[in-house]
Amino acid sequence: MSSIDATEEPEVGAEATDDSANVMIQFDGVVKQFGDNVVLRELDFSVSPGEFVTLIGPSGSGKTTILRLLMTLEKVNGGTIQVDGEYLSHMYRGDKLVPADEKHLTKVRKRIGMVFQQFNLFPNMNVLQNITEAPIRVLGLPKSDAEERAKDLLDMVGLGEKVTAHPTQLSGGQQQRVAIARALAMRPDVLLLDEVTSALDPELVAGVLNVLKEIASTTDITFLCVTHEMGFAKDVSDRVLMFDQGQIIEDASPDKLFTEPEHERTREFLHAVIDRA
Amino acid sequence: MWSWELFWDSFSALLPGLWITFAATVCGALLAYVLGLVFALIRQVRVPVLSQITFGLVEFIRSTPLLVQIFFFYWVVQPWMGVQWSAFWSGTIALGLHYACYTSEVYRAGIDAVPKGQWEASTALSLPRRRTWTGVILPQAIPRVLPALGNYTISMFKETPLLLAIGVIDIVGAAKDFGADHYSVEEAYTMAGIFFLVLSFPSSILVRRLERRFVKH
Repeated sequence: MSSIDATEEPEVGAEATDDSANVMIQFDGVVKQFGDNVVLRELDFSVSPGEFVTLIGPSGSGKTTILRLLMTLEKVNGGTIQVDGEYLSHMYRGDKLVPADEKHLTKVRKRIGMVFQQFNLFPNMNVLQNITEAPIRVLGLPKSDAEERAKDLLDMVGLGEKVTAHPTQLSGGQQQRVAIARALAMRPDVLLLDEVTSALDPELVAGVLNVLKEIASTTDITFLCVTHEMGFAKDVSDRVLMFDQGQIIEDASPDKLFTEPEHERTREFLHAVIDRA
Repeated sequence: MWSWELFWDSFSALLPGLWITFAATVCGALLAYVLGLVFALIRQVRVPVLSQITFGLVEFIRSTPLLVQIFFFYWVVQPWMGVQWSAFWSGTIALGLHYACYTSEVYRAGIDAVPKGQWEASTALSLPRRRTWTGVILPQAIPRVLPALGNYTISMFKETPLLLAIGVIDIVGAAKDFGADHYSVEEAYTMAGIFFLVLSFPSSILVRRLERRFVKH
């Protein structure tokens, strides 16, 4: 496959998708490569509003890259990404679609939240400050409103008594729950979960997953989740996408994918993961 | 012939020089801390033109002796700028500028040591670039570099006698004058050495404690 230059115009129509009301995330022919290593090969997929979609697949198959592209932590090398009908990686200049500038990225990025594998809480701030920092600085919320919302979120994730604690005083599971509250404080339309339990001790995993199940069932947030927790994926997902070598090789409901996978590669992967567990 | 009387007399005679040494160290260190941070930020943010100029300045200053820079600043740069500062201020600025080039590298190392995930979390929260620097990155980077800044301050304190070359009467200058007045130099120079030792040694211990504290955390 030939590489596609980031400055090249995407081969799509000048208009965003017309059926954007039914699509929250849309990938059209997305290519991502690091040097000669092509991680995503003309990837097409979409996610509906409120849907919980889980990405599974072997390491290096491009799952995390998809989340990083959506969070604008990486730039696409080809194709386009839309969030709720608005281009993320590109923008209009006149009637031409060009690579997005920082101002456009910031505008669209506000609608997306991300929870990282390593939590990435700010160690120089306490729990409350971690959660209120962005709502105050980015959304312009009054401090009292931001703090009230942060305390509600901390209660929701079961850490109401940890308001003044610093991240270093919390366990990994508690830090991850604070990170979830921090992402939710921005009231995102899309929440990206990047192997949120991979860095946790096994006994702390359930607490984090229960919080996420609760959020998924009580909000209309669209979730895109990368995980190796197959039980969780089966319980909470509306759809599961199996990735291999930068492409989706199977897209099915969790019941179907985990019980009767169609693709041999999916069967191999599930066997390997379940045997390891 | 050693004289205890001259030795004790030199104590009070050196005190004004101690004040000059202290003032040059404090002012030079403040300049080095602030300017070093500015240099580091210019290079980290890659400000066009300024970044290249800063790189050239840092390499030039790190490759030439401090004594040459003190002379150069006093005899060449000042006239070229059309200003006439006192020897104290000219020397102190040269000292501060010299150490700013070293502290800028220390700040850069501190900034690079902040995990990449902190930048990514700031981006994911849409924090403005300026707030990411002031609220997230620098508050984590600066505590890490405090021990190194402390060590440079002690080095600076011990290098202030170089200002004597342009006529600043610091501790060593005061000792030299005292020796010339009393036709005996060893007592005053011994006292000057004790002054440096008494002030440097506890400072070194303090910096080592700081280092241990930050290594622990």
